[in-house]
Amino acid sequence: MTLRGTLRTAERLLRQLRHDRRTIALVLLVPSLLLTVVYYMYEQHPAVFDRIALIMLGVFPFIIMLLLTSVAMLRERTSGTLERLLTTPVRKLDLLFGYGLAFGLAATLQAVVTTTYAYLVLGMDTAGPAWSVVLIAVCNAVLGMALGLLCSAFARTEFQAVQFMPLVASPQILLCGLFVPPEAMASWLEGLSTLFPLTWSVDALMQVGSSAEITAEVWRDIGIVLGVVALALALGAATLRRRTA
Amino acid sequence: MSVDIRDLVVDRGHREVLHGISAHLPAGEITGILGPSGSGKTTLLRAVVGVQLVRSGSVMVLGVPAGAPELRHRVGYVAQSPSVYPDLTVTENVRFFAALQGHGPEAADRAMAAAGLDGVRRQLTADLSGGQLSRTSLACAMVGDPQVLVLDEPTVGQDPVLREELWSWFRSLAEQGRTLLVSSHVMDEANRCDRLLLVRDGSVLAHDTPSAVKASAGTEDLDEAFLRLIRRTSGEVA
Ligand SMILES: Nc1ncnc2c1ncn2[C@@H]1O[C@H](COP(=O)(O)OP(=O)(O)OP(=O)(O)O)[C@@H](O)[C@H]1O
Ligand SMILES: [Mg+2]
Repeated sequence: MTLRGTLRTAERLLRQLRHDRRTIALVLLVPSLLLTVVYYMYEQHPAVFDRIALIMLGVFPFIIMLLLTSVAMLRERTSGTLERLLTTPVRKLDLLFGYGLAFGLAATLQAVVTTTYAYLVLGMDTAGPAWSVVLIAVCNAVLGMALGLLCSAFARTEFQAVQFMPLVASPQILLCGLFVPPEAMASWLEGLSTLFPLTWSVDALMQVGSSAEITAEVWRDIGIVLGVVALALALGAATLRRRTA
Repeated sequence: MSVDIRDLVVDRGHREVLHGISAHLPAGEITGILGPSGSGKTTLLRAVVGVQLVRSGSVMVLGVPAGAPELRHRVGYVAQSPSVYPDLTVTENVRFFAALQGHGPEAADRAMAAAGLDGVRRQLTADLSGGQLSRTSLACAMVGDPQVLVLDEPTVGQDPVLREELWSWFRSLAEQGRTLLVSSHVMDEANRCDRLLLVRDGSVLAHDTPSAVKASAGTEDLDEAFLRLIRRTSGEVA
């Protein structure tokens, strides 16, 4: 890895985002809008809102970064810019870390905006500190990014890339504990849910919701998510081929 | 020899598209690759850049195998379809590729000026005309000041004045000792090359100076010479 390649790639991606004001607005504002809807849905049950809002704070960045990255990387593959990049001194890891840095930064901004809104405007209440919510949200964003990079290798068109979203995201969202805690599911589903990284980050968020201290379990959960990120990035790097047929 | 291609065989889509091509390109010269559409020009250029999987044979560039890491800042490649970021401005694109090679904004400025892009530097690349777009792609490849330039139809869609300017730019680069490999469909561009590589159906028809090619075909017109060479080889096969 070279610092230059990573930083230049990240800077370039942020410049591309900057020219796309609508995407910036969608990334920053849509989660708060949806949380507002959830707030009024559970107006009579503030405790339920607290639980759901907390989980959604983790799920939004995952979904959005999965979509953004898989489409951005697919464009890079189909437009020939990836091939061109790989003929320059840029390393594959520079590219991956550049994506991680740029979209991680965007995700942090999103998490800060949405979390602030949830606490201050919607009155969300957690036993643990707000920064840990942001931290977990950013880990989820990086997870979405890493899986998105990998998915882009298996799609040939943007239509296909978008279809990976239900395939990769919805089983995780269904089983992560947003609707029913995994313990309450059929045991085979509970077993399946432990294979999904999102389940672990939602577990971490639940811990933050219920205990004032950052428990060891939270760190374990974050460790698991980052482990999956590393695995997905390694697999993603293997799909970046300098030579093609 | 700056680029040395030996017995290169390439398969694409389960079909052999280059059948044992050999060619030696000296430094300080412009070699033009000409041939009908689908004859394998792009495939050959990709092999020289090192992005093409090859079945057999070898391509050596500046003494090392094509695509070797030490070539990545010494070989510039302009693909046939412009590969730049449509959602960045011209300047942002060229500066990005300059920075990857360790060059500052001044290098980007020089490349844009040489590619005739001064008037559109702040324009989004998506909004450029076809000719401006391909010159942006060209500037992104030239910005690292590479020793070997591989250009796939760089003058398509350019008006005669710009084409003239681009070719004198290429000529000055060759005079500085660089190696240029340029593919084209246009025969009047072939006359500007030091050496021609005529390709047909993945095989070399002729590899010589333009005047030698014309002499061997017995005509002063390169278009006609090319047609005659094609007929002559088909005649041999038949
Ligand atoms: N990705 C691919 N998969 C399968 N076959 C391919 C692929 N790319 C090119 N070919 C085939 O390989 C042959 C050579 O193609 P190539 O692009 O090298 O031709 P070319 O001389 O550059 O043509 P043009 O002048 O039209 O650009 C063609 O028959 C083409 O159909
Ligand atoms: Mg071609």
